[in-house]
Amino acid sequence: MTATAEQFRRDAALKAADLRHRAVIQKAITTYDAAVAKGKARYADWQNARAHAAAVKWETINHLDRYLEQFERNVIDNGGHVFWAETAEDARRHILDLARRHSVQKVVKSKSMTTEEIHLNKAFEEAGIHSVETDLGEYICQLRHEPPYHIVTPVMHLTKADIAQTFEEKLGAPHTDSAEQLTMIARERLRREFLSADMGVTGANFAIAETGQIAITENEGNARLSFSLPRIHVAVVGIEKLLPRIEDLALFWPLLSTSGTGQALTCYNSLVGGPRVGRDPDGPEEFHVVLLDNGRTRLLADAEQRDALHCIRCGACLNACPVYKNIGGHTYGTTYQGPIGSVITPHLRDAEQWSHLPYASSLCGACSDVCPVRIELHHHLLHNRRNAVRQRFDDSWQRLGFHAWLWTMQSPARYKIAGKLFGFAVPLLGPWTNTREFPELPRQSFRDWWRKHEPRA
Amino acid sequence: MRVSLFIPCFVDQLFPNVGIAVVKVLRRLRVEVDYPTAQTCCGQPAFNTGYWDEARELARRYCDVFSGADAIVCPSGSCTAMVRNFYPELLGAANRVTANTFEFTEFLVKKLGVTDVGAKFLARVTYHDACHALRELRLKDEPRRLLRNVRGLELVEMGEAETCCGFGGTFSVKFPMISYAMDEVKVNSIQKTSAQYVVSGDSSCLMQIDGYLRRNKLPIKTISLAEVLASTE
Repeated sequence: MTATAEQFRRDAALKAADLRHRAVIQKAITTYDAAVAKGKARYADWQNARAHAAAVKWETINHLDRYLEQFERNVIDNGGHVFWAETAEDARRHILDLARRHSVQKVVKSKSMTTEEIHLNKAFEEAGIHSVETDLGEYICQLRHEPPYHIVTPVMHLTKADIAQTFEEKLGAPHTDSAEQLTMIARERLRREFLSADMGVTGANFAIAETGQIAITENEGNARLSFSLPRIHVAVVGIEKLLPRIEDLALFWPLLSTSGTGQALTCYNSLVGGPRVGRDPDGPEEFHVVLLDNGRTRLLADAEQRDALHCIRCGACLNACPVYKNIGGHTYGTTYQGPIGSVITPHLRDAEQWSHLPYASSLCGACSDVCPVRIELHHHLLHNRRNAVRQRFDDSWQRLGFHAWLWTMQSPARYKIAGKLFGFAVPLLGPWTNTREFPELPRQSFRDWWRKHEPRA
Repeated sequence: MRVSLFIPCFVDQLFPNVGIAVVKVLRRLRVEVDYPTAQTCCGQPAFNTGYWDEARELARRYCDVFSGADAIVCPSGSCTAMVRNFYPELLGAANRVTANTFEFTEFLVKKLGVTDVGAKFLARVTYHDACHALRELRLKDEPRRLLRNVRGLELVEMGEAETCCGFGGTFSVKFPMISYAMDEVKVNSIQKTSAQYVVSGDSSCLMQIDGYLRRNKLPIKTISLAEVLASTE
């Protein structure tokens, strides 16, 4: 077993037994579920919307080369710059170069999992550049030196009291029980950061090929401040974020917010088209898009699992996953948690190191049912498992066991003998029987009964 | 009508009463039942663990064993899904055998058009949706329609009927603590209904739930849907 797998197994066992954690998450997800049910009820035909979205994404991902080049041309025509980053390292280096070239001292960041993926904050810190997360949840994560717990709701695991305590300890803020007060404490500090920042870093929820714009979905208004106040705007965009046409947003904006939070639309949806030009009252002097590959083209090359690139990062599969609800987001040790993370991480990162994640699922399929772009997530977990065995990442005892099992199952005679001996194999189920009672072994099998009761010709 | 039974290996070995109940119900409905004794396992444990070559051998074997059958009936949503939904992926295409394999309640309601099998079971029960029956075979209403027509039976829905019990085959041995936590969430939900029995179409889920109930000495019992439908007293 790899060290990563060992760590996962330990953390998962601890978290699964943490009843306080379970109660906090259950409460958060129950609220979410109610909101999403209402949100979906607003659709005349939710299933049709999913099918349509899946078709648009399929078309985009299968012609990604064309759409990316169209997007690049349009960004440049609008006065922006595009950098193609093959790796996380390329992306970091490019952004740091930009920052140095423009003597950037302070960066404000809006919520972006892509920047988490490339560990941009750490890179800024090492370069002596002050970088501040401005999404409330991400701000709390940053104060606590914790990665986001969830791709959409980064502090789902914290209660109001936990956040109050964090603000007291890290900011010296006065104690309060009021959510409004807590928000005001963050807001007051963040406003100052916005006004003094030299660079704004955002992600993008969608990138529109035909216009060269990026679309940003948010609820707090921090993203629009992040890209409109500082001199330089850098958007780090995964190459799978493309949509062909601007009217596709009419489908994807509500789809994302309905699945993400149950909202018909989030409070703010911005389209960013480039730097300030002519008589624009605001906007950055420079607009840079970093198109990030970082393993995505490996997934693109895999025809069987390519549709995992349809993901719009709504987080619905995390909220639906009974494993996620019991082990929590941090246990995965990945940027993307839950079912989608277990599908894509072995492709995006080291396949062997992360080969345990696809196995950490009961394959219940709840994820695939809620996915707004109809990714068959639990089937991809099966594909990942098969790939792991093909690449010999499996345990050799397990492999031997399945060979012996197959040999047994290929013959009814051997199968019958194995059935009689099954009692001796029960101790092998130790991990299961440690916490649960194994059923009593029956006196006769069904086939024994049948022999006595089969109809005589 | 004549059907061939596919009794999954663990039902055959651990829960023979489920298979016996299926035979009783089908015979009561005047369906001729046959049981090809060459059958063993559908291959799902290997398939789900990533050993597709091994699973493929058993898929071919299954199709051979049942090649003469008009309809194959199986008291497990999970093994039925393996045959009907996943064999085509393993073998490259569906065939007559894979397409004619049905889960027991699905066969009763959709193929025979029967929703009242003349059963009687005096108890308050709650129904646990097995994941593969629910999400691979889309069976939600069929088992409930059958249960509602059982004399003396009161069906109470639990809050998390559709949430996985945490079994998941080798998953429950590889990650026993996650599996146990899921089991606990399930049992908490069952307890809130004050049902006397948890009923399900899949014996593996019931084994998982029963293992928790008995270890924690809870008074709730598990019983398969087939046994409820076979009961007449």
